[in-house]
Amino acid sequence: MTTPVEQERTQPEAVGEEVAAEDRPWQTVVWNDPVNLMSYVTYVFQKLFGFSRDHATKLMLDVHHKGKAIVTSGTKDKVEADVAKLHAAGLWATMQRAS
Amino acid sequence: MRDGDVVVGRLDRQEAAVVRGLVSQIQDMLLARAEEAPQDELAELTGIRTGPSEAPDDPILGRLLPDFHRLDDDAPDPDEVNSAAALRSLHEPELLDHKTAAAETVLQTCSPDGGELRLTIAQAEAWMASLNDVRLALGTALDVTEDMPDELPPEDPRSPHLGVYHWLTWVQDTLVEAMMP
Repeated sequence: MTTPVEQERTQPEAVGEEVAAEDRPWQTVVWNDPVNLMSYVTYVFQKLFGFSRDHATKLMLDVHHKGKAIVTSGTKDKVEADVAKLHAAGLWATMQRAS
Repeated sequence: MRDGDVVVGRLDRQEAAVVRGLVSQIQDMLLARAEEAPQDELAELTGIRTGPSEAPDDPILGRLLPDFHRLDDDAPDPDEVNSAAALRSLHEPELLDHKTAAAETVLQTCSPDGGELRLTIAQAEAWMASLNDVRLALGTALDVTEDMPDELPPEDPRSPHLGVYHWLTWVQDTLVEAMMP
């Protein structure tokens, strides 16, 4: 993504550690790309998933700095629908089983 | 600029021609891809459409219509290859509809003469998605990088097109700012 923003980074919190792996086997991954604007990616995360500006910004910065971020997780159907919505917005998203 | 539930902007005639030209080209590419979808009687009976299971060869279409799994270039997991093919076939028709409809909204709201734009929130969202598709396409064609300079050396064949890309980036950023909740 373009237009870097200086901001303190925090470690991503583990999602649903207390839940058995087979109950939450899928994750939505958004990958960094050189075209999508940082502002637009933040907007899309807020709009599609109802995230706060802070949470959306943190995920966007993870994508930018680490090359990817897990933005949602859950059942295969939910994650599949999330990936489809992200594709409609033009983001590079894929789905994977949680390791 | 945001005025209540209306997003207001202005394009001159030349800018409107650039937007309309590029959005039309992307829409044509997407419609051509939609034409490639397998036709079968079962789909016509059930109304359940299926798209192609293979990713497009063209890198621009490939970027607009990504796979559902990140497949290893050298040694892709066969299960993921099968799953990606099935998910593409299932979801691609809807994705193509979404993108071509967004492009149509731009073409209907952007007068060839330019002038003031007054967009509803839904129309502004279609503009954002469609301009982003154009930027993804241009970015792929121009092989842009994260730290792309404002200008390339004049002898670089991409040089004349980069200005359009940067201008679209500015327009999109302005739209996002107006739409940010």
